[in-house]
Amino acid sequence: MTTDVVAMHMSDGIVNAPVSLAFGVVAIVGLAVCVARARRDLDDRTAPLAGLVAAFVFAVQMLNFPVLPGVSGHLLGGALTAILVGPYVGALCVAIVLVLQALLFADGGLSALGTNITNMALIGTFVGFAVAVAMRPLARRSRAGLLLTAFVAAWVNTVVASMGFVLEYALGGQGLALGTVFGLMAGFHALIGIGEGVITALTVGAVAAVRPDLVYLLRGERTTLTIKESAR
Amino acid sequence: MSTPLRNRRYVAFLGGFLLVALLLAGGASYLASGSPDGLDAVTQTGCSETEGSLQGQCIAQNAGDHATAESPFADYAVGGDDTLTGVAGVVGVIATLVVAGGLFWVLRRRSGP
Repeated sequence: MTTDVVAMHMSDGIVNAPVSLAFGVVAIVGLAVCVARARRDLDDRTAPLAGLVAAFVFAVQMLNFPVLPGVSGHLLGGALTAILVGPYVGALCVAIVLVLQALLFADGGLSALGTNITNMALIGTFVGFAVAVAMRPLARRSRAGLLLTAFVAAWVNTVVASMGFVLEYALGGQGLALGTVFGLMAGFHALIGIGEGVITALTVGAVAAVRPDLVYLLRGERTTLTIKESAR
Repeated sequence: MSTPLRNRRYVAFLGGFLLVALLLAGGASYLASGSPDGLDAVTQTGCSETEGSLQGQCIAQNAGDHATAESPFADYAVGGDDTLTGVAGVVGVIATLVVAGGLFWVLRRRSGP
């Protein structure tokens, strides 16, 4: 049990250089947009919280939970961060975790950073957030609604992020039939998504219980209305 | 109006959040499953691992060595020592907090003059 600690993310060489490069460009452009838009969501109050949310995602990503004999899963964190601090800041949180994991902990290849960021930080976060927004009326109605919203958004985030890998593999990978890769990725991540959903619901539920005002998904509209009314 | 960081309840909330992250990375990480995760399991399909090398044919055989494999914290250990995973975890949580918190603090909208 010494050298068998496996990396959690894509290593270098899993997809070829042109595809790695192309997704490197996708990741850089995506993150640049996130940096520009994140300013709107960050102020004296939310900036420290967002830093902590990133640190929390790093911590929870270390906790691999078993899903099948010989197969484990771990949090990706896209829906979790998006619900708490918004999709732009959330994507940056996940991307920072991925960069530090690659640089400090040799987890996930450096040339694979573009693909890993695209899958987990961009696809997972924005698709997870879109699901959460679609379910927001439910999330606002009751605590159970909020937990269900977090769970579903996180489950979808996991499965869709895994499909990012399938896409990249289809474009620039080799060694196993594409259909097999698709089936295995979808199957494993449908199970991992349950764990992702439970962790996300627990975390969002805990924050909402103490400081509902800090949950990004629950903010918005109402505040805007009050401001408009009082301005009249 | 007091700034958020002078608000004791808010600082307590943030401190609690940090404490949970440190406990998870520093302690609960020892309970983590050592099995490959979903993606690794897929890339290792077709291979069997004996003494660290892959036999058979699988996607993972295309994987190159990691550029920072010699990092002191590589594989969430400290100098290759797995029993110090918790220490690596705490280092990671603090590093993430510093980098992410620093970036977000620089990016934030400034309130007031």
